[in-house]
Amino acid sequence: MSTFFEALRQKFGARIQSIFAECEEEVYLLVGDPDIRDLAEYLRNEFAARLVTVFAEDRRSAEGVFFNYYLFERKGDTRYLMVRAPVRADHPEFPSLSAGLPAVNWQEREIQDWFGLKAVGHPNPRRVALHDNWPDVHPLRKDFPLETVLPPFEGERHIYRPALGEGVLQVPVGPVHAGTIEPGHFNFAVAGEPILYLQLRMFYTHKGTEKLFEKLPIHKAVFLAESISGDSSFSHGTAFCQAIERAAQMEVPLRALIMRTILLELERICNHVADIGAIATDVGFVVANAHASRLKEMLVSLNEQLTGNRLLRGMVCVGGVRRSWDPVQLVSLRAATDAFASEFQDLVLLIDSSESTRDRLEQTGVLRPEKAKDLGIVGVAGRASGVDLDIRRDHPYAAYGRYSFRVPVYQVGDVIHRMQVRVDEVKESLGIIRSAADESLDGEFRARVPPIPADRYALSAVEGWRGEIIHWIRTGPDNHLERCKIKDPSLNNWPALVEAVQGNIIADFPVINKSFNLSYSGTDR
Amino acid sequence: MFKIIQKTFATGIVTTKYPAEPAQISERFRGRPSFNFEKWKDARPAAEVCPTGAISVCDEGDSRRVTVDYGLCVFCGLCAEASADQAVRITQEFELASADRRNLILTAEYSLNTDRTHRELRAVHRRLGDLEEDVESVGQKARKKIQKLLRRSLAIREVDAGSCNGCELEIVALNNPVYDLERFGIQFVASPRHADMLLVTGPVTRNMELALLKTYQAMPEPKVVVAVGACGISGGIFGKNYASLGGVDNVVPVDVYIPGCPPRPQALLHGILLAVGRLGERLYDDSRGLGRCVLPAGRP
Repeated sequence: MSTFFEALRQKFGARIQSIFAECEEEVYLLVGDPDIRDLAEYLRNEFAARLVTVFAEDRRSAEGVFFNYYLFERKGDTRYLMVRAPVRADHPEFPSLSAGLPAVNWQEREIQDWFGLKAVGHPNPRRVALHDNWPDVHPLRKDFPLETVLPPFEGERHIYRPALGEGVLQVPVGPVHAGTIEPGHFNFAVAGEPILYLQLRMFYTHKGTEKLFEKLPIHKAVFLAESISGDSSFSHGTAFCQAIERAAQMEVPLRALIMRTILLELERICNHVADIGAIATDVGFVVANAHASRLKEMLVSLNEQLTGNRLLRGMVCVGGVRRSWDPVQLVSLRAATDAFASEFQDLVLLIDSSESTRDRLEQTGVLRPEKAKDLGIVGVAGRASGVDLDIRRDHPYAAYGRYSFRVPVYQVGDVIHRMQVRVDEVKESLGIIRSAADESLDGEFRARVPPIPADRYALSAVEGWRGEIIHWIRTGPDNHLERCKIKDPSLNNWPALVEAVQGNIIADFPVINKSFNLSYSGTDR
Repeated sequence: MFKIIQKTFATGIVTTKYPAEPAQISERFRGRPSFNFEKWKDARPAAEVCPTGAISVCDEGDSRRVTVDYGLCVFCGLCAEASADQAVRITQEFELASADRRNLILTAEYSLNTDRTHRELRAVHRRLGDLEEDVESVGQKARKKIQKLLRRSLAIREVDAGSCNGCELEIVALNNPVYDLERFGIQFVASPRHADMLLVTGPVTRNMELALLKTYQAMPEPKVVVAVGACGISGGIFGKNYASLGGVDNVVPVDVYIPGCPPRPQALLHGILLAVGRLGERLYDDSRGLGRCVLPAGRP
């Protein structure tokens, strides 16, 4: 491990201001120059490090500069490496990494929109997070008040790239879709049935979440974290609480960690079984979905029994969990997981036995492993396309270090393999829940939270059901936050959808989209 | 095929009897917080912890006005934990939908001791048909109207105007075999032109305002609008900010409000059935006929 830092020091000696570990899980590397292109390339080529996320922070009032943060991780190392580079306030520009690393395309453009820092050399520097009709504002700058009233919406000005050629049409879809789903705009260029090119426009549900985190006291911000993406309430809530706990340098009781683990896995199973049903529906196998949604209902009833809320809300808190479980609840947990396990087996057999369903799902919406790697795809979609990442195993949190489980990885990357990853993961999750429920659940479940000093920062990573969730916070005075960065896995994965639909018929778009099932709200925040 | 049929028979009927019979819900479910205003010695701890400001206090001299807004409540239960003497109690009540936003708000006035705790309850303001007293009869009245009206079928167009997707999960659950909305002749449709009801989750973001207005305008009269969840009613935890316009009624007129974060499927069902009653009224109401909400000139 130290050889890693030695190598870095030798190679970049004078440019590295300092390397220090804020806690066991994260190492900070401070550089003095916004240009980290060669450093990023070196980390990638020599150490196979993956750039997890890029974000900015306005520190003009405290330190006179903006900071860009680049979070890296590498195989076999449980620590994250955070590279921090200053961007001058009087020269708000930084060199873009997107040309070589398409994974950060949107994230660099977010920095442009939200902080007004220009990503020099970005191949497509147009706005992404603020729509084209927005006035020239940068909401995450400290001198922009949250409650600013902007002039009314003045209509569309976004220009999609034209698709030209004989018989080529553009089909606009959204932001209001035919089904009960979140809003976003898809612009398909089609030649007859096959899709040539898909352009996405997201951020319709942008509601100022990251800015709002800077306004709320920490105990209230937990509820905001639960509302980042409704289907990942518990994962985002846990990610947020973990970040605060690390900043406060406090211990969370083991009992709470085990309970969190159980609830995180319940959230995973709930969403996976719903997706399996929805994928079946989108190719016309409605009976399978009727069973899948019935199974999901079994689980959300269990959620309610365990936490008082069907989406597991209002349970996690800084320091642990808000309520313990009595023996009756533990009996329901065991009984419901057992009943679910046997029903789930039936559901999988039912779908397996339908050849027409399999036929529609095989070789549909293929995302090749090399593309998935280039685009930085994570989570379920990544694992179906050869990207072997799982934070539960790579950077253990909660009580995951205590249980053994398998991480399914496939190389084919089509819809049926994204479904297979879910099927395998449900079985693994049931195993984790059983082992965790067998532990003796007694003792403290909520630790006292010490006063949290200002200017502490901390990183937290959670493998949500969809993939890698990252929260990074900097504390401020009076139990408030200075900055809260949220990265939902959806942000990484939308470009995968663009790749996967190419050459498929437009009628298969719904099932391909469902097989990724990305969160619009998590992306848009 | 044989396997499919065999599984269907083995499963049997799973559909809930609600609303004909009371809903079967867990005793742990956190529904409406109920306030014993006489017993409540101090509202400040509850107001202090409430994440959305659903409970607020306003002191003037030695008197205090406490406001409880179920339209902001996310049903977290912190107010009950923070209040002494069980003055605030979490109930399992979920049929909270109301046709009038003001029905979701209660206020209580107190005189204060020198330590700013409550000395005496002076008044409690709640509107007629208020949910604190009258939740059952509101529900029953709605059901009667519905039985008369539901000979017709109802088509719903859902619009997510900026929600976290939590409300959508519960709306989608209405179509599962357990809640089976179609047993009432109610169905979700793909186009606003086929819809009688607009079911909107919020908060309405700046980026969705135009899409919501256009969807509303595309619907034929008579039409009703239902605002779903704390965010749809009031903006919820997001409130109003540079990117959020707050509740749905800041953009289109709303007929029924359904509290919850998110409202459970039975609560949605209750609210939708309540709105069906309002649809009947709309048929004979010319004053609120066409053009209730018109896009300002110059907008596409």
